[in-house]
Amino acid sequence: MSTSPSTTTVIKGVRPYGEDAVDIEVTDGVITAIGQGLANKDTAETIDAAGLVALPGFVDLHTHLREPGREDTETIETGSRAAALGGYTAVFAMANTDPVADNAVVVEHVWRRGQEIGLVDVHPVGAVTVGLKGEKLAELGTMARSSARVRLFSDDGLCVADPLIMRRALEYTKALDAVIAQHAEEPRLTVGAQAHEGDLAARLGLAGWPSVAEEAIVARDCLLAKHVGARLHVCHVSTEGTAEVLRWAKARGTRVSAEVTPHHLLLDDERLSTYDPVNKVNPPLRTTTDAKALRQALADGTLDCVATDHAPHAAQDKDCEWSAARPGMLGLQTALSIVVATMVEPGLLDWRGVARVMSERPAEIAGLPDQGRPIAVGEPATITLVDPAARWTVRGAELASIATNTPYEGMELPGAVVATFLRGKLTARDGKATA
Amino acid sequence: MKHLLGTEGLDPATALAILDTADGLKRTLLGREVKKLPTLRGRTVITCFYEDSTRTRVSFEIAGKWMSADVVNVSAGGSSVKKGESLRDTALTLAAAGADCVVVRHPASGAAHRLASWLAHTNTSVVNAGDGTHEHPTQALLDMATLRERLGSVEGRRIAIVGDVLHSRVARSNVHLLTSFGAEVVLVAPPTLLPTGVADWPVGAAGSLRISHQLDAELPTADAVMMLRVQAERMHGGFFPSAREYSIAYGLSEARAAMLPDHAVVLHPGPMLRGMEISAAVADSPRAAITQQVANGVHVRMAVLYHLLAGEEDAA
Amino acid sequence: MPPRPRGAPEPAERRELLSAGDVARTIARMAHQVIEKTSLGASGASPVVLLGIPTRGAPLALRLAKRVADFSDIQVPVGALDVTLYRDDLRRKPTRPLGQTALPPGGIEDALVILVDDVLFSGRTIRAALDALRDVGRPRAVQLAVLVDRGHRELPIRADYVGKNVPTARSEEVHVLFTETDGRDAVLLHRAGDGA
Repeated sequence: MSTSPSTTTVIKGVRPYGEDAVDIEVTDGVITAIGQGLANKDTAETIDAAGLVALPGFVDLHTHLREPGREDTETIETGSRAAALGGYTAVFAMANTDPVADNAVVVEHVWRRGQEIGLVDVHPVGAVTVGLKGEKLAELGTMARSSARVRLFSDDGLCVADPLIMRRALEYTKALDAVIAQHAEEPRLTVGAQAHEGDLAARLGLAGWPSVAEEAIVARDCLLAKHVGARLHVCHVSTEGTAEVLRWAKARGTRVSAEVTPHHLLLDDERLSTYDPVNKVNPPLRTTTDAKALRQALADGTLDCVATDHAPHAAQDKDCEWSAARPGMLGLQTALSIVVATMVEPGLLDWRGVARVMSERPAEIAGLPDQGRPIAVGEPATITLVDPAARWTVRGAELASIATNTPYEGMELPGAVVATFLRGKLTARDGKATA
Repeated sequence: MKHLLGTEGLDPATALAILDTADGLKRTLLGREVKKLPTLRGRTVITCFYEDSTRTRVSFEIAGKWMSADVVNVSAGGSSVKKGESLRDTALTLAAAGADCVVVRHPASGAAHRLASWLAHTNTSVVNAGDGTHEHPTQALLDMATLRERLGSVEGRRIAIVGDVLHSRVARSNVHLLTSFGAEVVLVAPPTLLPTGVADWPVGAAGSLRISHQLDAELPTADAVMMLRVQAERMHGGFFPSAREYSIAYGLSEARAAMLPDHAVVLHPGPMLRGMEISAAVADSPRAAITQQVANGVHVRMAVLYHLLAGEEDAA
Repeated sequence: MPPRPRGAPEPAERRELLSAGDVARTIARMAHQVIEKTSLGASGASPVVLLGIPTRGAPLALRLAKRVADFSDIQVPVGALDVTLYRDDLRRKPTRPLGQTALPPGGIEDALVILVDDVLFSGRTIRAALDALRDVGRPRAVQLAVLVDRGHRELPIRADYVGKNVPTARSEEVHVLFTETDGRDAVLLHRAGDGA
């Protein structure tokens, strides 16, 4: 928007990917120099980043921003702030809004609102089927050709369970250079399901959501994708078995990618025992064994990336009995810290690895040309600065989202996002979004 | 004790104190024409039932009235509950209206626990009168009272719980309470009606828990058989092929009852489906303790109200 | 009053009001008074029933009955009457276990019931006992026997038979010990704050 003369900023003493400290010079949104002593230039605005790690801006393939429909819990504006504060420079807003994002009007609204706010690129996800009903394909091509340029389609929250509809969706999107993101949940196996089917849920009298309900759909979809030669993305992988299915499918050349959420990396079904629905999420929190297997699969690349499944809910939809509560939890502002706690601190990922799972792979999967780029001269200055030594205590009320349903309330977490740059523009710094 | 939410984790000493009080109350009231004690005069007990259950609600109501408490019944059918008021608002309303104790029956597992957490800052006690498929602690206590009367003690005794364990809060509460008193509990059901991993559940260290699919194999060594109700909706849920096949394999017929040792007791939490899970002749036989269970239910619930309401208030 | 836990140190500020020998002599004297005052055995006199109030009223009633039998050759029926469910101070103390109520086989209809308790203080226990008694039958008359009357009545109640009157300060505590419940016989006076 600005037509002012070119501005130069120097990020001083920062460690790209956690490696040797350098200065990074940014001019008009582009990285123009990387080296030592760049901060001495008189004209430059300097940001002291000693001790901080520079990573490419994070990309979230799975966010619920609730606009339109539930603006009492999150709007594109508040969600954008949460994203910027969490180090994100692009988020994919899921289609299960009200009205559903199954047409060009809704997806263009979402895209336009995101650009107006300007904190993060908000890419709308289009619904696969009309009204998320799983019966009739939505106008995928129209959404792809709209100004929102939709490249990711999902009925998330619901599974495209009908194998024929799923096959058609996979085939059809081949012509659109798009990908179907499947919420893998065999509905007949999860009728009335409330929690991971295991000892604890059985003791607590909560109807089980068996792992096989996810694994069966992932296996089927991998076979379908291979059969029709289409790409497939698997949302929020939650079980060890799904990781094994993906390993097998990738080994035989299936074009499948997969995401895992921070909460499935960190939490497990021990959380059920209080019946506090802040821990209710779909797919449900699984066992410790699953969480460990998911970390391993993320480290070895079987799981491509981390996606938040950020799902704001109003207090009255969480402060109720378990079965009446809506599933989902906040995630944008805590994702990096959970990845540090579960992957970096145990030595499963280095900072290059974090860049891969939080930025590079999700940008590739969604086909974003200017996100997830290397930190190098000539590249867009879309950068997140992380303080690896910081520790902070999560308070739902202090998060930027309108809703406060974080399962990490009161937990002290390692690693903090200090600043976020979107094409050179500072969108968040020291816990404050810039708009 | 501020609340009674379940038997899992219920201190055996507390459970024993409740049972002894129930016993004392039963003896106190024996043969009396006027069954009215002044103990809970001025205390208000509200029963709040989100599911129909005449027998449990009436049992609590009589228990409260025999102790001179003011008992108010709220049923989900005729209140703001039906107008979509949240459980939390209902709980806070009842507490603010002066309930010393809320007795709650709710179709959601964990509802009583949620209620207790919302009322943590008040002096209102919560009694779980059945939450979803989770627990029904007063039923387990009255079953225990009945077994103590019939068998003396349950320690080392073998108790078979037969039927739809998966959906049974009665079974869950009994597993925890019986094993904490040293009983050997065996759950007898088709595999489709057993909860996940039930054989590995942590149970009272004094007792034990195992599963079986063969009722005939368990009867000759059982000291008591607890028959669970088979709910109509399960019969059409594909958990077993037909009511007839279920009845043949798991129903307590006269021939099956004859396999029990002479001293063995037959319990049923009611309401019974005669001919389905239990034959009429067995239900009416002297070894059936079904009406005794109902009578003990009142005394056990009186004892629970006494332990919740007739002492110093616990620090909230 | 609850017994002091065994093995706990004896409170420093405590005085023995009655020794074991004193207790025995006192009960014997009370037995003579009962025989005389109830005209026990006389024709036309009402049958007498002793009802001890748990915890320590129950053994006291048994001992009293034994002495009555020793002196009169008449065995008066003895029972126990728990008053816990009738107390008006339940919410001031931790939940109390129920005591035993056991009426003698002949019941109490038209009998002269003598309630027996160890210490008479505020009178509230006796008030509760009268309520409890009403629910189990209709005696012709009710009397009260206590080992110690320590004063400080809060209700218009007085005892018909008193073993020993002990002037006390309200803050003091009187503890009656019996071999059956406490391992020995004695009556102790505890100063403020050092009792059980």
